[in-house]
Amino acid sequence: MRKRSQRLWLIGAAVVLVGGAIALASVALKDTVAFFYAPTDLIEKNVIAEGKSVRVGGLVEVGSESHNSEGVLVFRITDNRNTVPVLFDGIPPDLFKEGQGVVAEGKFDAEGRLVAKRVLAKHDENYMPKEVKDALCKKSPASCAGDNYGSAKEPAS
Amino acid sequence: MIAELGHLLAFLALATAASQSVLGLTTGGEAVRRLAVATGMFTLLSMLTLVISFVTLDFSVALVARNSHSLKPIIYRIAGAWGNHEGSMLLWCLIMSGYGAAGALFMRGDRLRDRALGVQGLLTTASLVYLLIASSPFIRLDNPPLDGGGMNPLLQDPAVALHPPFLYTGYVGMSFVFSIAAAGLINGKIDREWAGRVRPWALTAWSALTIGITLGAIWAYYELGWGGWWFWDPVENASFMPWLVGAALVHSLILTEKRGSMAAWTVFLAVLAFCLSLLGTFLVRSGVMTSVHAFATDPERGIILLIGLALTGGMALALYAWRAPKLMAGPEFDPVSREGALILNNLFLSVGAALVLVGTVTPMFAQALNISLSIGEPYFQLTFAPMMAVLLLFMPLAQASTWRRTDLAPLLKRFWPAAVLAVVVAIGAVVISGKSAWVIPGVLVGVWVVAGVAMDLAKRVGPGGIGRVFRLPLTVWGMAIAHIGMGLFVIGATTEAAARTERTFPMHQGEQAEMAGWTFRFDGVSSAEGPNYLTTRADITVTHDGRTEVIHPEKRYYPVAGSGTTEAAIRKTPGGDVYVVLGDPIREEPGVWRIRIAHHPLIDWVFGGAGLIAIGGFMALAARLRRRAPATEQQPAIEPSASGEATAAAGAPA
Repeated sequence: MRKRSQRLWLIGAAVVLVGGAIALASVALKDTVAFFYAPTDLIEKNVIAEGKSVRVGGLVEVGSESHNSEGVLVFRITDNRNTVPVLFDGIPPDLFKEGQGVVAEGKFDAEGRLVAKRVLAKHDENYMPKEVKDALCKKSPASCAGDNYGSAKEPAS
Repeated sequence: MIAELGHLLAFLALATAASQSVLGLTTGGEAVRRLAVATGMFTLLSMLTLVISFVTLDFSVALVARNSHSLKPIIYRIAGAWGNHEGSMLLWCLIMSGYGAAGALFMRGDRLRDRALGVQGLLTTASLVYLLIASSPFIRLDNPPLDGGGMNPLLQDPAVALHPPFLYTGYVGMSFVFSIAAAGLINGKIDREWAGRVRPWALTAWSALTIGITLGAIWAYYELGWGGWWFWDPVENASFMPWLVGAALVHSLILTEKRGSMAAWTVFLAVLAFCLSLLGTFLVRSGVMTSVHAFATDPERGIILLIGLALTGGMALALYAWRAPKLMAGPEFDPVSREGALILNNLFLSVGAALVLVGTVTPMFAQALNISLSIGEPYFQLTFAPMMAVLLLFMPLAQASTWRRTDLAPLLKRFWPAAVLAVVVAIGAVVISGKSAWVIPGVLVGVWVVAGVAMDLAKRVGPGGIGRVFRLPLTVWGMAIAHIGMGLFVIGATTEAAARTERTFPMHQGEQAEMAGWTFRFDGVSSAEGPNYLTTRADITVTHDGRTEVIHPEKRYYPVAGSGTTEAAIRKTPGGDVYVVLGDPIREEPGVWRIRIAHHPLIDWVFGGAGLIAIGGFMALAARLRRRAPATEQQPAIEPSASGEATAAAGAPA
């Protein structure tokens, strides 16, 4: 095989593969990206619709954690202005606590509740999901004073 | 006193590293070698002083006060030394200078070595400056507290104590591969000899990275309490991208070493692997990404890391652009050949790495536009997984291919039993287990790889008795074991993902539940005290095949840290793990606890397969070290006797 055709082969294979990968990635990105919302965004932007996949972040509202008759964990995520109810049929992460930052991923059911597939709490005492912090600061600046979300423990509403 | 000594040693290391880089890049010679060894020794001693401060609980050291506690078991006091930002930066410096010292001891003394040590010295200098200025672990407190702040309880675990040293040996180790690549580019010589000299370092770093990532996955599996082992989280991807590029590199190095082909591409990968390590560190430490694992994040550090990444990558790319056009092209070959197969491997692995990169950084760029989005598992399953599945289809054929030209027809004919076996097993798996058809592609590809590689191995052994098995070269064993590990991993990972069952049961005392043929009876909870935690233990009586056993999933609370951990009770069975987690009590119904029971089929194949990949890598390394002396003789040193000292440090400890 000649040098030239050898190079053509190589370039051809690379182009096909890279093209395939780009096609695959763009389709996948379109279908699988989940946007992040704070509870207030969900309401203001009318996002809540059955079957819609989202990530919702905020604080676990104090006093909202309970279990329904099937033993499913029920709680509300708040940004201190609005709240969204969440159902989670699993064991929440160790650092899941009322008043702490949390991100829930899942789909809405017919009643507008988020049926979470995954609930993320912070791993580290000092870590707060950035989105949660931003969302809280945007919704109620008082709760993010001094870069500390400890004050958010007092429910605002 | 000991902390000041450590601080001083770090400064000494900085001085020797700086001289090492200046001398290495200019005059070279024996002094560079000595300086590199000295840098390694000084950082090692400095790390030791920090470990001593942690073990002796010297709370006047700020880092110890923040991260240790008198009740902490000894192993976690040691691990505590690197379980935080400052300590892990010192570990980073140690691994980096350690590679430099190892290079000084084991590489043949010539211009390539001197310049590689020079570049390594430069990287080490930069890291040490950052350590001493921005994140010194040796700062003292004026008023030492009586006791420390403790360590994140989730990190008090043997697997995660060993995770950073292995992970760093892996991705910080890529810095030395980078240094040899940069040295080769400065010399203008990227040839077969260069590839042969990079390969042991690339194999070391890549195999260690494999172990580091696997340890992290094992830890996530049993410690986080949700039974997952990989989440496509940015922090995981940060280590996975250098792994993928490293995998491409250890393959393309074979091509460049044996055939002299693709030299420009190989050196590009060598540079890229370390740049991705730096990018990963930036993603993990800067806090730009939302991640469940992110720790020790600080935007200011992020800026410094970003500058470091831009400088390192920019200089290397400039060097590359200057030299690459002059690199030789190597002999001709047919597209269907071992050369072609290795190139295919590289294409797939690098495109795979690019897909992971896109999935990882897209949210970051979106965030800059004030759009907050997340890209999770579905994206990677749709893009990365099929890429790798196709790559694996080629694996047995590639392994059996020959240099220059391969006849495909006889190869395909030879491997039909493996193909038939794969189809039968895949369909059988679905029919017998009654689980999702999603297992088909993974099991199909996995069985095909394992069977095909085994057939290739049998062919190489040939007829004539078991004795010949031991006469196969170590390289062949390394390759076969790593490839079989890959096959087992894929079978395990797809089966586990598709056929995992999990359910949460609210249970009161005496209540029973069933899963995967096991019966679970909840017998209530009790409280107990560990060395530095309080625990709530459940008694659950499990019955399986007439055997009865009591297992104890726990919820631990660490008063010092003010947080808790979930300790799953895991029982191994031949088909997979039974995984029981104690949840919370249900407030509305006293005495009722939520208990999650899960079955993770073939989970050991996931970790075992990954372990085999690392073992295969280390075997290839051992083979490389053993062959080392004759191999370099065969290839006459093309370097026109750069310096007289042919000290030939060939006697590496094989």
